[in-house]
Amino acid sequence: MVLAIAMDNAQGARPWIEAAKPSYPCLIDRDHHVADLFNLVNVPQAIWIDEHGRIVRPPETAGSTDVLRMMDRSNGSLPEPIMAERKRIKALYLDAVRDWAQKGAASEHVLAAGEASKRLAAPDPAIAQAHAHFRLGQHLLRGGQADQARAQFDEAIRLHPDSWNIWRQAAEKDSRGLAAGPEFWARVDALGEKAYYAPINMNGVQPHG
Amino acid sequence: MLTLLHEQRETTLPNVDASGDALWLDRQDIEAATGWAWKPEGLCRDEICIPLPRDTARPIVDQDKLDLAAMWRHMGQPVVRDATASTWVLGTGPAQRASALTSLEAPDFELPDLDGNLHRLSDYRGKKVFLATWASW
Repeated sequence: MVLAIAMDNAQGARPWIEAAKPSYPCLIDRDHHVADLFNLVNVPQAIWIDEHGRIVRPPETAGSTDVLRMMDRSNGSLPEPIMAERKRIKALYLDAVRDWAQKGAASEHVLAAGEASKRLAAPDPAIAQAHAHFRLGQHLLRGGQADQARAQFDEAIRLHPDSWNIWRQAAEKDSRGLAAGPEFWARVDALGEKAYYAPINMNGVQPHG
Repeated sequence: MLTLLHEQRETTLPNVDASGDALWLDRQDIEAATGWAWKPEGLCRDEICIPLPRDTARPIVDQDKLDLAAMWRHMGQPVVRDATASTWVLGTGPAQRASALTSLEAPDFELPDLDGNLHRLSDYRGKKVFLATWASW
């Protein structure tokens, strides 16, 4: 089954859920608790959990690719070959999910415990501290203390600069509700060689770089 | 009055005030706010007891109260508070998160859907769960 988690407040997530009318549960994680628990940094990320509650694929980019960095920022378009590659990777990932749904533990995409552990990224002290600041910031924001909340978010971002979840949730949104203005693109550009969406580690996908 | 945030708990403690970096709480408040029990062996949850540190620069226990902020830092976990020390977050430390993750047992959580119905990850034991995150932003 699918369990969708919105790293978002109900107000932001509601129109999307109502439009999609999904058949599976869509949960609202306004404090990004799941990101704290699983050390997530961006959306979409996915985790495969088997019938016994065991992680058989640790958090990874759920089919998205770093092509957004090749986007024509004036109109959001991408060159055709890049579009095709983006589609290919998404299809490959979704096929892997279907394969697991059908075959379970026999799926080639289910990782042995050793490999799953190896791919898990554990948080460092700064990341744990950042989540605590973010939690406080969200609480203060709900209580109407926007300035104090901002100070907490700034500290969370300083401690955990790799988290796009924290940065974008805390950022000013445009009229479409997106944190995708010049500041966002400046941060993306500042990544340099680092990935925005880390490539999935799966046959048929080029590693980053 | 003081509000304490820990994991998904939000606890209001009407009779507690804090200033500076210390957070003096009695047994009952500690357990209500964190789920940890203050026992003679130390601070305990499930099968684990963390002994209180000895020889601290300033006392960590004062009669029936424990400086939970100091104890939390001793456990290697984040302590964050707002400017007026009226709202505190007792976070979970990197070692605790890492040991939960590397066990490969998916950490459990409970979250609401749009209608406010609560769902726990463990409610879906017996099924494969494709846990996928997204956002509107």
